Amino acid sequence: MRKPPRIKLPSPIHAGAIIEIRTLATHVMETGNRKDGAGNIIPRNIIHTFTASFNDSEVFSADLNSGISPNPYIAFFMKVPGSGTLTLSWQDDSGTTTVEKIAINVT
Amino acid sequence: MLDRRTFLLSASAAAATVALVESATAQNTQPLAAEYSAEFKSELAKVLQQATPLESGIVLDLPESVDNGEYVPITIDVASPMTPDDHVKSVYLLSTANPRAQVATFHFTPLSGKARVTSRMRLAQTQDVVVVAMLSGDRVLLTQRLVDVGVGGCGI
Repeated sequence: MRKPPRIKLPSPIHAGAIIEIRTLATHVMETGNRKDGAGNIIPRNIIHTFTASFNDSEVFSADLNSGISPNPYIAFFMKVPGSGTLTLSWQDDSGTTTVEKIAINVT
Repeated sequence: MLDRRTFLLSASAAAATVALVESATAQNTQPLAAEYSAEFKSELAKVLQQATPLESGIVLDLPESVDNGEYVPITIDVASPMTPDDHVKSVYLLSTANPRAQVATFHFTPLSGKARVTSRMRLAQTQDVVVVAMLSGDRVLLTQRLVDVGVGGCGI
């Protein structure tokens, strides 16, 4: 990804609350079905896996295919057990994995 | 038209009567969806694994009609207490007439708190979108929605 993903969380966050986490990655999501000017297939390059974990426990994950729009937007929920680290990762076909870690401090 | 409906109904005999009435109404008032692709049919069979889905419990927030099939917003919400004993495990988002039937599969855990996800999908043409939810205790839910697409998502 050329630009880092955008991530939005509510603030403040209370322990035990169920919060929405909104993410927007910058990615072409090339389907692998299009051809270039010379008639050659443009190889598929999509983000195929998104994962979210909190203090090493899985919260949510998604297997994505070419039917997901460019610049994938994924919003999901988490029940916040307490303070800790939220780890988000995006893996694409080019072998790039983008990882973002967000410290959550409950009030 | 009947073939598509019959196919889904065959997986869901209990809800057949209701769905037939619904589909009859839908045919009168809505644009025709594209035929279901062979890939969609085999994908749905793989997902359902002989299970009989209930046609309830999934709420879709999905436009009835879009100008641009490249960015179709969708929110899927499955009512569930999301406890270790009773939660939604996975939600399959399937297209019935895109080149690829699988659009996305979302995996939830009790830490998710809510089985609700929002994303944006590509639709190549006017078609039914099908969502299947797998719950703990081997319960399976299914819902479908017709989306009228003006211009298809390019090169899906």
